[in-house]
Amino acid sequence: MINFQYARAHDVADAVRQMAADPTAKFIAGGTNLIDLMKEDVERPSRLIDISRLPLKTITETADGGLRIGALVPNSDLAYHPLIEQRYPMLGSAILAGASQQLRNMASIGGNLLQRTRCYYFYDIATPCNKREPGSGCSAIKGLNRIHAILGASEACIATHPSDMCVALAALDAKVHVTGPAGERTIAFSQFHRLPGNAPQRDTNLQPSEIVTAVELPARGFASNYTYLKIRDRLSYAFALVSIAAALELEGATIKEARLALGGVAHKPWRDTAAEAALRGQAADRAAFTHAADLLLRDARGYAHNSFKIELARRGIVRALTQAAQGTPQPQSNKKIL
Amino acid sequence: MPRTSTLQVAPHADHRRLRARAPDKIPVALTVNGTATQLKVAPWTTLLDALRDHLDLTGTKKGCDHGQCGACTVLVDGRRINSCLTFAVMMDGATVTTIEGLAATGALHPLQQAFIDHDAFQCGYCTPGQICSAAGLIAEGKAKSADEIRELMSGNICRCGAYPNIVAAIRQAMGRS
Repeated sequence: MINFQYARAHDVADAVRQMAADPTAKFIAGGTNLIDLMKEDVERPSRLIDISRLPLKTITETADGGLRIGALVPNSDLAYHPLIEQRYPMLGSAILAGASQQLRNMASIGGNLLQRTRCYYFYDIATPCNKREPGSGCSAIKGLNRIHAILGASEACIATHPSDMCVALAALDAKVHVTGPAGERTIAFSQFHRLPGNAPQRDTNLQPSEIVTAVELPARGFASNYTYLKIRDRLSYAFALVSIAAALELEGATIKEARLALGGVAHKPWRDTAAEAALRGQAADRAAFTHAADLLLRDARGYAHNSFKIELARRGIVRALTQAAQGTPQPQSNKKIL
Repeated sequence: MPRTSTLQVAPHADHRRLRARAPDKIPVALTVNGTATQLKVAPWTTLLDALRDHLDLTGTKKGCDHGQCGACTVLVDGRRINSCLTFAVMMDGATVTTIEGLAATGALHPLQQAFIDHDAFQCGYCTPGQICSAAGLIAEGKAKSADEIRELMSGNICRCGAYPNIVAAIRQAMGRS
């Protein structure tokens, strides 16, 4: 880890001002990903701007029946918040599927959105990586790529976004509130993270010096028919090979509304509105779920070691939609195949 | 502002941080195990290194130093965290409890007694982190069943594989708490 200067931000405007004055600085909140990356010399900020004391720690109801979640709410506090447990249990389940309780106690909501990929080559500064060092090449595409993307990848980068929480936020149609030098703006969740294209160094569409201040949930929470199913190499405390956020609104046995997003498969949480549209108006049965899975995976492509993810995702989608339709979400402490 | 020079260093040599200039030490006030403490630390000093190297509280262990093993778990304002993944300067004003401060004077904490009763360790290196984590888990009140204890203790790795006895020890302590 290199030496760096440390300063606290007094308010959001001060944080933006300090960042604009020093483009080699980084914001730090929970620090659970940034400090790890600094220890590996992947991140080498000249200055840390500590935003952890800013007043962005409240969860408030919005006028249209949704929730506004401050960017500095710890992951664990959000997962166990009564309004999340009652109205957005898929989000709570997704949060509890990620990391460990120690990390969730520190990690912020905004930081969860901004965490970097866990691609081994991104972490290893001895190897080329277009995300870490643009133009140096992708070591994963012809290297060890068991954990890598099957959807939306490019020749430049096949890394995946590591978050569980963001998969649920994508399915729930959240919005991200940010503040920058030009003022405040709101970004639809589907537009927040990027596909790698030829600029994999950019994980998100945040502009320089912009800071995430809140995440907003719409009123619709799918509290009756949902699941967050995470499949990984260990039973706990591991990143997803494939994860599925599935949410349904049913009228009798017919699907009125469907949401389907996947983690561990792409450079961003992978929500497919075509697969959702194909579920609407259909009977909630295996045939419809299999069709949706095939549709979502229509452009899936495997590399040397990760082609198994395509079939894993197909089966996982069917299982997740079945759990959602039956109203039997899989709790994160239950490791049985249901 | 000029960037610090970045010489080639061996991986994991971060405990010998290169100093291109004198570190700017920053005062930090902590209450550690009930005692108000003033420190002056470089900004890159983790809470773990502050506890071990500045306060000589070596009960808290450095395992992976990357938040993957849980050996460094302490309680900050009553919540369990990985002390290796936070900078001491960010903890200014916090109340920290380490394994040395868990028990009341002259007695074992119920978790310490339960770990002895159930032989919940072999080498013991992960044990301070396991016990601090379990104290945090009990305070959270979210784990009831053995499955829930296992899931919410998954941030603490035991290379000796004492997991069944660790779960048994925590269940015993929960009964007493």
